[in-house]
Amino acid sequence: MAKDKNSLNRRQFFKNSLHIGCLSVLAGLATMLFGKTVKSELVWQIDPNKCISCGNCANHCVLEISAVKCVHAYAMCGYCDLCTGFLESSPKTLDSGAENELCPTGALIRTFVEDPFYQYTIDEPLCIGCAKCVKGCNAFGNGSLFLQVRHDRCTNCNECSIATACPSGAFKRVPATNPYLLKDVRNS
Amino acid sequence: MARMFRILIFIAAFFTCSFSAYGVDRISPPEFETGYQMPVTTTGPPRADIYEYIDVVVLLLTLLLAAYFALKLRSRKCLFVLMLFSLAYFGFWRKGCVCSIGALQNIALALFEPDYALPISVLLFLLLPLVSTLFFGRIFCSAICPIGAIQDLVLLKPVSVPSWLESPLRLFAWLYLSLAILLAATGSAFIICRYDPFIAFFRVSGNINMLITGGCFLIVAIFIGRPYCRFLCPYGVILGQLSRLTKWHVTITPDKCVKCRLCEDSCPFGAIQKPTFQWPRRDYNKDKKRLALLLGLLPIMIISLALLAQTTSGWMSQAHPRVKLATEVFLHETTNVKETTDPVLAFRSTGEDPQQLYAQALHIRSQFKTGTFILGAFLGLVIALKLITHALRVPISDYQTEKAACLSCARCFEYCPYEHARLKNKLTSGDDK
Repeated sequence: MAKDKNSLNRRQFFKNSLHIGCLSVLAGLATMLFGKTVKSELVWQIDPNKCISCGNCANHCVLEISAVKCVHAYAMCGYCDLCTGFLESSPKTLDSGAENELCPTGALIRTFVEDPFYQYTIDEPLCIGCAKCVKGCNAFGNGSLFLQVRHDRCTNCNECSIATACPSGAFKRVPATNPYLLKDVRNS
Repeated sequence: MARMFRILIFIAAFFTCSFSAYGVDRISPPEFETGYQMPVTTTGPPRADIYEYIDVVVLLLTLLLAAYFALKLRSRKCLFVLMLFSLAYFGFWRKGCVCSIGALQNIALALFEPDYALPISVLLFLLLPLVSTLFFGRIFCSAICPIGAIQDLVLLKPVSVPSWLESPLRLFAWLYLSLAILLAATGSAFIICRYDPFIAFFRVSGNINMLITGGCFLIVAIFIGRPYCRFLCPYGVILGQLSRLTKWHVTITPDKCVKCRLCEDSCPFGAIQKPTFQWPRRDYNKDKKRLALLLGLLPIMIISLALLAQTTSGWMSQAHPRVKLATEVFLHETTNVKETTDPVLAFRSTGEDPQQLYAQALHIRSQFKTGTFILGAFLGLVIALKLITHALRVPISDYQTEKAACLSCARCFEYCPYEHARLKNKLTSGDDK
């Protein structure tokens, strides 16, 4: 009888010590990692200087319509009549006919400002993030059109599918307090 | 005519400016004469930080509620309602991300990558269920995890898995855990996130492969209870082992067990252990010999699996993007390839020295060599220990839950006559007041 009681106590003691052991391991893990933690949430963003306009952003997002969209840095734009980001390589006429436009969804809108300047704005719901305009703008223009992750659409996945597919490693994590890496006249 | 002139000017300007750095000021910004206001680039904000902390608070509250429902109230109905809430909140509202299962990878990366910033909410998402399991059992699995909830919801016609099949199938979860930690720690991939079968349902969006995989899992889950939880979940493996040390675990009977056998087939997850009887002396000797053999086999198993796993380090290291890039660049530099791929083009435009890339890739490869060795050794240890536990005869006196496998779902409670007695007493004592 006494022997039974002892063996139960021994098992209970062993279990209790393992219990406390596990708790201390978890506490140790917590303190070790606490120093590495950041208070702000981290979100995904494209570094426009690394992007090579490959077009993967339109296809690899887990959402139906990609959370990556084209953005325009107006201060950098040349406001050209012959915009190589708007018009395809050999346009019939320099106007906004669908046969002349690079954009497959017609999201890049051209409006006349004053002679000889035209303003180019992006209709965000139409943009699919295919980077055709970005490629054109970077090739022969100022590079004022670039892709960015739109955070009002992005679900902030733990592992971004586009980041995995990006050939130039342009995706990085940035703090949510400063979630955009916009092109500027100063840092272009 | 004016248009032709403009085009010619443009082409001339292009040729003169094309020798400067790429993408910059080929065309000078215009001087507007009319009062034109340049529009501002819009930036939609991400989710406010406060919601992250709200998520953690909701997790804590639901964990405490689940513990109360499972241990104190012993009510399946309450747990079910809480499970529906968790499915709605953590599953469909938060779209299943960040989850505690995936948080394992973030922690693994944070431990091995010096400049990886770990959000504090992710750390808490990992730790809170672990601590709650040490005290209350696997209540996280029963009522909070959205992946478990969606499987539990479709469990309509439970079919029990034979015990000889159940044990080896659980090994897949150990394998998944080791692979996930190895690939996360080396910074290669988050496979738990990538191959999450139900995320397409939570996001209500996904490619056809994800939807079909998720659908297949759900169809299987109609018959075999919680297949992901039992045979794949890497976090569940850790929770299961911690659950064996739990302070207050659910018991089938609120009182004592009279071995009436009514709860025998009540568990759809095969977590109920039957009482054992005295074994004759003859078998005892045979078992001693078997145990001795298995103990001797343990180190052999560890070493052999470690060496076997190390042979896979070559192709497994390809999962790392830098290694994959290095292989591609090497192929392009040393042989004549017809077409340059996008990654190689991008790499060449950065102006980085290929030799540095190769050195980095070799370093990662050596990391994989050590990593796969440890993975193999760990798996060998797990398999050997599993065989040993099967060879050990532990006398069980009552119908009890197998602590590692029991998900604290409270399904078995209503099968117990003592539970019915308790409920009746509660009702009558309530009336007496």
